[in-house]
Amino acid sequence: MDIIVENLTKLYGAQRAVDHISFKVHTGEVLGFLGPNGAGKTTTMKAITSYLIPNEGEIHLGEFSVGTQPEEIKKRIGYLPEDNPLYNDMPVIDYLRFVAELQQIAKQKIRPRILEMVTICGLEGEKHKKIGELSKGYRQRVGLAQALIHDPEVLILDEPTSGLDPNQIVEIRELIKTIGREKTVILSSHILAEVEATCDRILIINKGKIVADGSPEELRKKSQGNELLKITIEDADANEVIKTLQSLDSVDWINSINDTDNRFELQSKAGDSSRRAVFETCVRKKWALTELSVVETKLEDIFHQLTMN
Amino acid sequence: MKEIWIITRRELKMFFNSLMAYILLVAFLGFTGFFTWIFGSDVFMVGQASMQSFFGIAYWTLFFFIPGLTMGLLAEETRSGTIELLLTKPINDWQVVVGKFLSTLILIAVALAFTLPYYITISTLGPIDHGAVWTGYLGLLLMSGTYISIGLFASSVSKNQIVGFLLALLIGIFFHVIFGILAGNFTGELSNVLNFLSVSTHYDSVSRGVIDTKDLIYFFSIMILALLLAEKVLARRRF
Repeated sequence: MDIIVENLTKLYGAQRAVDHISFKVHTGEVLGFLGPNGAGKTTTMKAITSYLIPNEGEIHLGEFSVGTQPEEIKKRIGYLPEDNPLYNDMPVIDYLRFVAELQQIAKQKIRPRILEMVTICGLEGEKHKKIGELSKGYRQRVGLAQALIHDPEVLILDEPTSGLDPNQIVEIRELIKTIGREKTVILSSHILAEVEATCDRILIINKGKIVADGSPEELRKKSQGNELLKITIEDADANEVIKTLQSLDSVDWINSINDTDNRFELQSKAGDSSRRAVFETCVRKKWALTELSVVETKLEDIFHQLTMN
Repeated sequence: MKEIWIITRRELKMFFNSLMAYILLVAFLGFTGFFTWIFGSDVFMVGQASMQSFFGIAYWTLFFFIPGLTMGLLAEETRSGTIELLLTKPINDWQVVVGKFLSTLILIAVALAFTLPYYITISTLGPIDHGAVWTGYLGLLLMSGTYISIGLFASSVSKNQIVGFLLALLIGIFFHVIFGILAGNFTGELSNVLNFLSVSTHYDSVSRGVIDTKDLIYFFSIMILALLLAEKVLARRRF
């Protein structure tokens, strides 16, 4: 089920939380929403779930319009809100039953479905505890379980891994990836590595506007520009290496990183790669090439670059 | 309808899982029992087989207890943010409000059911007007419904439960006594209007055994109006 957001605008007083945002998410795609605090991620997500009514714009889930058919939308959406509000005085299993009933799951299917969610989300030992007694990580799992219980076609997860420990984060990411193969998932996060690890596509928004849209690789390519290599050449004189490599056509500049162990940093000219040329030169000169690696632009840098100005 | 019942069941469970329901039952039965049987113008003092002393005391006890039950119903949901989770499920604001209304009304009905032994006991003491007893109970239920819906509206206004409690009492006291008192201080049309607004006017006439459509319209219109207002306040968040 595709999500189509057109021209979404949401005002809080005079402030534009979301400013004419348009994007599409296709079935089987996991979209990562990235942005600094207050960029409009949560507002956009709330508008998709029909919890907020936008000032302008249209949102469609498949053939259904969020504005005019909220009931149809709600049946098909699984939503994990930002700080995962839950009824603290309810036992986990009662709560899941309550949600299952609200989601109109057939009566005889409720029990097996709850047990399935308990297993998937790793709540086996906690299912009879009150939600208020759970640690943050387990609460987050309950939040995910309630979002997934009716097997929704669309999943909206607002910071799904906040408060989890590293092992749990890996588990939840795997879970989201698995789910994402057949469903449409939007998740938001501050953690860039997380978005990179789980999402097929990244949408960076800043001050209510989309500033970047693409797969992690595409984004990296876009901001990267020129190829940057790290190389180590042994059995050679550093000055000679610099002189020889500098004379290659594809090389923009080369610098020694460290004088003692012959490590160099080399930048190719725009749109060119000098990896092959470097290797061939070393073979010709009988130098031992012990390291040749491409330095990747980190998503952090892109994020920083796009959201700081 | 099903959605409303799901909410009602959850709230009832919450009432009975927390101490709320038991405190209400014990306190309500304690108060009404004390004043019906032991103290003041109790049954023996009056010397008549009548439930009037019970209805008189229940009229006030419920007035104070109901805001305590309703104060958190919506305020707590908005404070903790669970309202967002609830309203992004296939259920609308009206169903949530009505579900919570029914749960509290059922709890009050349970409390009233526990006083049926009073009725049975008194009816063995002498000739009792059975019709008046049943309409008296009906009057209490109608009055409770009215204050529950006012309490729900008060609870929707703020995230703070105490605000919900005090506002419910403040609005309630107008219907409970102030309109009645004011009606006595004025004459003519104004007095009639104030009299009509007063809960006690309608409660008295119902509990005397006269079920007039005018009274029913009065109770139901306040209930519906207050519940609609609560729904509107809930919907405010969307804008």
